[in-house]
Amino acid sequence: MPGILSIVERAYHGTIEEQDDTILWLSHMVKNAGADLSILLRSNAVNYAVKGQDASGLSIGGVALSVPPTLDTDVVALSTAGVTVYVVEEDLSDRGIGNDELCDGITKVKRSGLAKLFDDHDAVWHW
Amino acid sequence: MTTSGEKSITIALMDPPYESGTTTTALRIMDTALRKGISVNVFAYEGAVNLTMRGQAPHPNPVKGTSIEEQDHPSTAKFIAGLFTLGADSPKLEWVNCGLCVDERGAGEWIDGPRRGGPGDLFKFSQESTNTLIIGTR
Amino acid sequence: MADYVLIESRDPFEYSDTGYFYEVAADLSKAGNNVTFFLVQNGVLTARKGISNRAVDKLQKAAPGVKVLADEFSLRERAIIGGKLASGVTSSDVDELVDLLAVSSVKAIWH
Repeated sequence: MPGILSIVERAYHGTIEEQDDTILWLSHMVKNAGADLSILLRSNAVNYAVKGQDASGLSIGGVALSVPPTLDTDVVALSTAGVTVYVVEEDLSDRGIGNDELCDGITKVKRSGLAKLFDDHDAVWHW
Repeated sequence: MTTSGEKSITIALMDPPYESGTTTTALRIMDTALRKGISVNVFAYEGAVNLTMRGQAPHPNPVKGTSIEEQDHPSTAKFIAGLFTLGADSPKLEWVNCGLCVDERGAGEWIDGPRRGGPGDLFKFSQESTNTLIIGTR
Repeated sequence: MADYVLIESRDPFEYSDTGYFYEVAADLSKAGNNVTFFLVQNGVLTARKGISNRAVDKLQKAAPGVKVLADEFSLRERAIIGGKLASGVTSSDVDELVDLLAVSSVKAIWH
């Protein structure tokens, strides 16, 4: 049984100033620490799995944001590191996000499948 | 404070740094206004008093394996210090941190530029500005 | 008649009460005011073609006079690009927003 299901739902709150999403980041750190971890993107966080996000070009007070967040590639990096990344199918369709917009390596799950997904993990970290 | 005939915008802000898209948008508005020659008055309330904390420090990113230099993390204090350079004279940036909010957070170590004040400053700003934008928190 | 700039930073998924702001925009317009509705941050999620709640579409049907703008950076940040922008929404930027705000008669409201 996989260990931890880490659920990310808030999205784009402070990601510019942090240069990333802090829960995706924390989840990757926990994975690197040896955890058996899966991620579930739900609500607005399903948008993190959309290809082509571009937060470049900001400069404030003459200070450039030279390293903007790259949330789509951060999701792919998690998948590459062996983390199964789930997204809620209905949360995608509610937002008008098509399958062709998603990054590779994403696993879709229906809302009706969430209870089983929870049950399939030892612990659920609902951020 | 602007003289008659000059344009100015007052912005009230409540969110702390690193937790909301709102602070970034507010900083973008300030930057754009100053570049257009429009003076900006800011009333930082509640968590927003932390935006100008002097001690904010950049860090490396161990997930990406980047160093402090490579990550080049610009703090909100650094952004705002740049805004003070843009708004040194005309246009002018005025920044008031709510004093009581500062006290309860122990958030008194600021970059150069902000001054301590209270809600009366917000009212005064609003009376003297071309327009006022209240940006609440949630 | 007054000029209004309503700035919507929230989306209808995380916040259940954004509908009120769209309704006020429509009501202000129907009462004869000039209304600009500026989407920014997660507010631009309603500007993606195919969104289920069709908030912008409903606003424009209720009050065709409302001008709906969306912050280009916020759109790009969420990959709402190219043909993904809903009809009736015009890509804009903070530069235009500041121009709208720097007018003393304009009532600017952030949500």
